Amino acid sequence: MSFSVTEPSLRQKWFAGVMVVGYALITMLPLLWIVATGFKSSADSIAYPPKILFEPTVEGYVNVFTTQTRLSTQLASEPRENLPWYEQLVREKGNTIVGQSRYTERFFNSVIIGFGSTFFAIVLGTAAAYAFSRFKVPLKDDLLFFILSTRMMPPIAVAIPIFLMFRNLGLNDTHAGMILLYTAINLSLAVWLINGFIDEIPIEYEEAALIDGYTRFQAFYKVVLPQAATGIASTAIFCLIFSWNEYALAVLLTSGTAQTAPPFIPTIIGVGGQDWPAVAAGATIFLVPVMVFTILLRKHLLRGITFGAVRK
Amino acid sequence: MSESFIDRAARAAPPVFAQKVKGLSDRAIAWIFVAPTIFILLAINIFPLIWTIYLSFTNFRVNRPNNPVEWVGLQNYQRILGDADVWITMQATAHFLIWTIVCQVLIGFTLAYLINKKFRGNDLWTTIIVLPMMLSPAVVGNFWTFLYQPQIGLFNYIVGSVTGADPSSFSMIGEVSLAPWAIVIVDTWMWTPFVMLICLAGLRSIPESIYEAAECDRASKWRQFWTITIPMILPFLMLAVLFRGIENFKMFDLVVQLTGGGPGNTTTLTSIDLKREAFEKWRTGYSSAYAVILFVTVFGLASIYVKALNKVKQR
Repeated sequence: MSFSVTEPSLRQKWFAGVMVVGYALITMLPLLWIVATGFKSSADSIAYPPKILFEPTVEGYVNVFTTQTRLSTQLASEPRENLPWYEQLVREKGNTIVGQSRYTERFFNSVIIGFGSTFFAIVLGTAAAYAFSRFKVPLKDDLLFFILSTRMMPPIAVAIPIFLMFRNLGLNDTHAGMILLYTAINLSLAVWLINGFIDEIPIEYEEAALIDGYTRFQAFYKVVLPQAATGIASTAIFCLIFSWNEYALAVLLTSGTAQTAPPFIPTIIGVGGQDWPAVAAGATIFLVPVMVFTILLRKHLLRGITFGAVRK
Repeated sequence: MSESFIDRAARAAPPVFAQKVKGLSDRAIAWIFVAPTIFILLAINIFPLIWTIYLSFTNFRVNRPNNPVEWVGLQNYQRILGDADVWITMQATAHFLIWTIVCQVLIGFTLAYLINKKFRGNDLWTTIIVLPMMLSPAVVGNFWTFLYQPQIGLFNYIVGSVTGADPSSFSMIGEVSLAPWAIVIVDTWMWTPFVMLICLAGLRSIPESIYEAAECDRASKWRQFWTITIPMILPFLMLAVLFRGIENFKMFDLVVQLTGGGPGNTTTLTSIDLKREAFEKWRTGYSSAYAVILFVTVFGLASIYVKALNKVKQR
């Protein structure tokens, strides 16, 4: 074992560990509370003092996916055979399911718009990043700075003309419009990050391929792409997380057909205010993919978040 | 005369640097690869920006498309800069910016410093700490209104248990004096991990040999911290402040869901005010001027700041 002066002492490690774990537990509390509230009954969710132990129910999940109406006392007491479990759950509260809520639709809008815009941002971004990395593009530095500066604008500032533009083109409240918009926003990030990844691949690999008779294009997708694959994949996840979570433009430029889940979840209301178990259930379903990605992505987090700025 | 050595060498050399490789020329590929990106950014970012600038000199209203559009010169700008309410909004934004940055830098750096002590399982805990920043700010903001409920909210309950105050006696998002702090707390909860990650990257980039040299010179740990760690990490801290500053200047979703700008106008940040002007009062020309002012402010401050950052980096 080599001796190192910067190796912290055991006491320091213990102290650091305790502090960090303490902070992590505080950080986790709101998240755990969201997940727990999703499994509470409405009464338990608003009990005082807040209930840590409770009888779990999937009522919130049923509520978030369905629209319900109140049954008359007579109808509610009428026994009905062969009702599915979720209908029975709702019946106990004297309600009946009349249809699907719009949550499913919104969720799939998020999936379509999120994956669609990520796909285009990555394809176009990878191509542009390759060109910036390998060719003498005129005004390269200016172009790269211009691409980055597009992220400084507050979304609301561009929302007005985009609203007008989309209205003229018939793109308002359409999936295509939102995909186009998020592609544009993600492109700047994609170009910057992927440019960094490609810069790190030695140019000699391509030269060898060219000597072997590959065309430039073949060298690009047979040599460079596989080398940059993990970097591109983690960039894709950052793009996806952005489109997945975006709210301001979604709420301003969509009203129904193409609206994603973030503007929808806060509007879930029950009798007399927000139906917190349903909101929490909707939020939990929506948060899970991102949490999974975060855990898978943790090794690449540093590079992505610092915008490649820590590259030496 | 036989072929010169140079001629033979030239023919034998691989055609890599020749202008014409098989297939498309490099120049053509460069254009094909860059053009779509430039086109999309021009169409979705630059064109709208120019349009906003144009609209800012008019009295156009989106909800009255048939009204004649008049050129009003700098009138919109004069009205905004002369409006006391706009300045109050600016103050609220400045308050939000300063306190979130102070809290996030202090906590974020401390956490990064501790995590860098490489205790067992630090990878797992780091991932947990990072989770909030990955979530949707609007959804998170909405759920925090539940945590902040005076009667039933977890936040009030915990504060009540710790301090002995009555949990129903105060409302974080309902009281003028507390609401600005309510948004600072949530933003800090959500974005401290971001600062922490950048600091961590900075700490890991400091070569160990510098500390070894300092150790040989018998420099105390405290001295090492102030003369090595802090100066080496300063560019990273400044970078974190830049990113958080730009992001929080644009802040919209979290605060809209959390307080909606209220109570009164206490948490009306500039982008919330802008949204009201543009999409509730439909004063398109006026709000375009507002947007231009904000953009110029961010861009100007960021440029000055980046210059300072570059100076620090060069030291």
